[in-house]
Amino acid sequence: MTVEQVRADVQAYLKANWDPNLGLVEWRLKLMDSGWGMPHWPEKWYGRGLPLGMTSIVDEEFAKVGAVGVAKMGIRVLAAATILEHGTDHHKEKFLRGILTGEETWCQLFSEPGSGSDLAGAATRADLKDGKWIINGQKVWTTSAHHAHYGLLLARTDWDAVKHKGLSYFILDMHQPGVDVHQLKQMNGHASFNQVFLTEAVIEPEYQVAELGEGWKVATTTLMNERRGADSARKYDSASERLERIYEEERAEIATVMAPYTWYPQRMGRVDMLIDRAKALGKFDDPATRQEIAKVLTLAKSAEWTARRARAASAAGKPQGPEGSIGKLAASIVARAANLAHTTIAGPDAMLTGDDDGTEGVVAEILVSTPAISIAGGTDEIQRNIISERILKMPKEMRTDTDRPFRDVPRNQV
Amino acid sequence: MQFSFSEEQEEFRSMLRRFLEAKSPPSAVRAQMVTDQGYDPDVWASLAGELGVTALHIPEEYGGAGFGVSELAIAAEEMGRALLCAPFFASTVMAATAIINAGSDDQKRTLLPDLASGDVIATLAAAEPGGGWAPDQIKMTATKAGDGYTLTGAKSYVLDGMNAGRIVIAANAPGGGIALFTAAADGQGVSRTALKSMDPTRKLARIDFDAAPVELLGDAAAGAEAYAKTMDVMLTCLANEMNGGAERLREDALEYVSMRMQFGRSIASFQTTKHKAADMLLDVELSKAAGYSAASALDDDDPDARAVASLAKAAASEAYFQTAVHAVQMHGGIGFTFDNDTHLWFKRAKQSEAFLGDANLHRERMMQHWGTEA
Ligand SMILES: Cc1cc2nc3c(=O)[nH]c(=O)nc-3n(C[C@H](O)[C@H](O)[C@H](O)COP(=O)(O)OP(=O)(O)OC[C@H]3O[C@@H](n4cnc5c(N)ncnc54)[C@H](O)[C@@H]3O)c2cc1C
Ligand SMILES: Cc1cc2nc3c(=O)[nH]c(=O)nc-3n(C[C@H](O)[C@H](O)[C@H](O)COP(=O)(O)OP(=O)(O)OC[C@H]3O[C@@H](n4cnc5c(N)ncnc54)[C@H](O)[C@@H]3O)c2cc1C
Repeated sequence: MTVEQVRADVQAYLKANWDPNLGLVEWRLKLMDSGWGMPHWPEKWYGRGLPLGMTSIVDEEFAKVGAVGVAKMGIRVLAAATILEHGTDHHKEKFLRGILTGEETWCQLFSEPGSGSDLAGAATRADLKDGKWIINGQKVWTTSAHHAHYGLLLARTDWDAVKHKGLSYFILDMHQPGVDVHQLKQMNGHASFNQVFLTEAVIEPEYQVAELGEGWKVATTTLMNERRGADSARKYDSASERLERIYEEERAEIATVMAPYTWYPQRMGRVDMLIDRAKALGKFDDPATRQEIAKVLTLAKSAEWTARRARAASAAGKPQGPEGSIGKLAASIVARAANLAHTTIAGPDAMLTGDDDGTEGVVAEILVSTPAISIAGGTDEIQRNIISERILKMPKEMRTDTDRPFRDVPRNQV
Repeated sequence: MQFSFSEEQEEFRSMLRRFLEAKSPPSAVRAQMVTDQGYDPDVWASLAGELGVTALHIPEEYGGAGFGVSELAIAAEEMGRALLCAPFFASTVMAATAIINAGSDDQKRTLLPDLASGDVIATLAAAEPGGGWAPDQIKMTATKAGDGYTLTGAKSYVLDGMNAGRIVIAANAPGGGIALFTAAADGQGVSRTALKSMDPTRKLARIDFDAAPVELLGDAAAGAEAYAKTMDVMLTCLANEMNGGAERLREDALEYVSMRMQFGRSIASFQTTKHKAADMLLDVELSKAAGYSAASALDDDDPDARAVASLAKAAASEAYFQTAVHAVQMHGGIGFTFDNDTHLWFKRAKQSEAFLGDANLHRERMMQHWGTEA
């Protein structure tokens, strides 16, 4: 398949099928049948088996005619990628449809009060009783849990094994009595993440993913997809202003489902706003401000091109170089630099928020949201460990937590 | 310059610290920051009464205690550390200093005793919407009206503007050049609007003047220098206040990482954590040295005091925010929550970065005055 062929095919498909007067779910189901919703997925499962790098061509053609895609925002993408790689056919049949139509929302039940960076230290327990998994423990920072239908759960099934071997991976039905979700307010005032208390929650054995004790391996797939999604080339859905039915439904979806996440673009630093803001506030000719903006743009553009190089390599079927792994760290550095540049440009307006800051609070939100990007999805320090130990093959830290049964490893008392 | 504090100064610091630990714990800060007024009048009364901080640098003949900028800066540092919600900065550091520097003997006799006792809260309105605190950014110009003057136009980012009973205003005299004026906050032609502040522990207002009658403080020709001297004191106190906050963040982050375990060991044992903690100490200590030196230079009438005041503000702007970024990061996910206290100081750091002019502006001001009189 050449780039030109793919472009011609998707153009032809859209010409024959795209209709903004369809219902949102109705159109997404059509897309799933055609494989154009997730073109890099296998043909058997709603895809066309194209290389990942070619999806940008498809995205471009969709954008040209204003066609809406399948649901791709949030944890659902991680769920889909994990189920595709490790799930059974039954999992794929049961879950992929609701993920892509947008009718079902997912969350990632990994982090716990006692284990964040040290995910493999998870201490939520799953015990087999009368043929069912019974779950007890607490998860935290769980984005979307308050409106999720399903959760990707990492839980300990063997306390005598070393920490990485005692974990298993499950799909948890969030709508059951044993699952208690409390929203957590963030420093920027939003509440997109939660505490999740699990008390005798039940999972049918068929919703275990992969073999017993393989939970860490499966979790790694989820995390790799999360990190990839965090790179600076990521785009966020914004509602189209058009009036046809499908746009109306998409706007409603964004307004409701996406409401807790309106700050996500701001946590990336909104580099796109810098020049216009500088012009609007009469700072564009100030040499110190220009230098600062130029530095941020240099970082942001280089990060974006790095992500593109990674995708181009994958489109050409070549193995990815190190550029695939540095995207998340680069995004974090860009966000921090953009925070400072926005402060310089805003001047005294940086002291204000809400409708007093001259941007309906968008700039104020940038200033108090960028710290998230250096923590969520693996902290900057963990990213540096991954880069140095996995890519650069530098010696690993001395470990004292992996050589003994997990029950004997010192842990936080929480 | 003096490079160590006297015993009395140390004593004053520990007394104030004990008071603030009792009266301004994070729970009190949280309780005050959600109110419109933003401070506890009882705490303010104790600060003014028992502790006398509102009188510190006001000369004795005007009801004050006659101390210097160094003592004022100690108070600011301790308040920044505790994130105290109170109109100290607006009333004592800004307005009283402006009156001390610009007012005639009569005016000081009339105005300062009430500020020294804390009975009247005052503030200084200088920056204009979208403008800044530098003299060339101040466009408002007074109009001569009979024996007096009137002001028309808007001032913004006015600290404790809604709480103030008296306003000192920096505006251009009719003949040009900055002069300082004053008016009652509820005076004719003065209207105030609360602004939404990014740091809820610090309340801001916009003040509109519509041919408002104002009183000129002292002599218009001496106004520019009086404003510049006032700015030096404000910058120095702000820098010290910021350093106090930065040090607190640094200590709290260190305490947190010492408690927290990941990978079967203390996260404080990871070298990257230790290096961060060491960098934070370096940043904060360097900035503290600059802040203390600025205060001492002002007390000594050092010819470089102006440059050093701007140097200290530029240093504190970077040190405080960088420390806040590290502090959130060292806490991990919990550092991004509203329930954790780190963000309270993070927001103060961010707001202070811009308040009275950012680091770029003060590096420029520093260079303009560097060694000019030496
Ligand atoms: C906005 C947001 C959304 C999130 N959404 C989710 C979600 O949907 N699901 C989910 O499961 N989790 C989620 N998280 C949690 C996130 O993955 C964790 O917060 C993160 O991995 C850090 O873990 P922690 O908070 O326990 O911090 P800790 O692991 O305790 O880290 C504290 C500090 O120690 C450092 N540190 C830890 N280990 C090392 C080491 N080996 N070497 C050097 N430094 C180290 C860290 O870098 C950090 O600076 C979210 C977090 C945020 C902020
Ligand atoms: C939110 C978040 C996002 C992350 N994103 C990524 C990501 O995108 N890509 C990525 O690679 N990692 C990712 N990580 C994982 C990260 O690399 C690890 O958390 C971190 O490096 C420490 O892991 P670890 O040392 O526990 O596991 P490692 O030691 O790195 O474990 C790697 C493998 O070694 C095996 N192993 C380790 N010790 C033993 C032992 N004693 N006996 C038997 N087997 C053992 C484990 O089974 C596992 O398969 C992420 C982590 C977090 C918290």
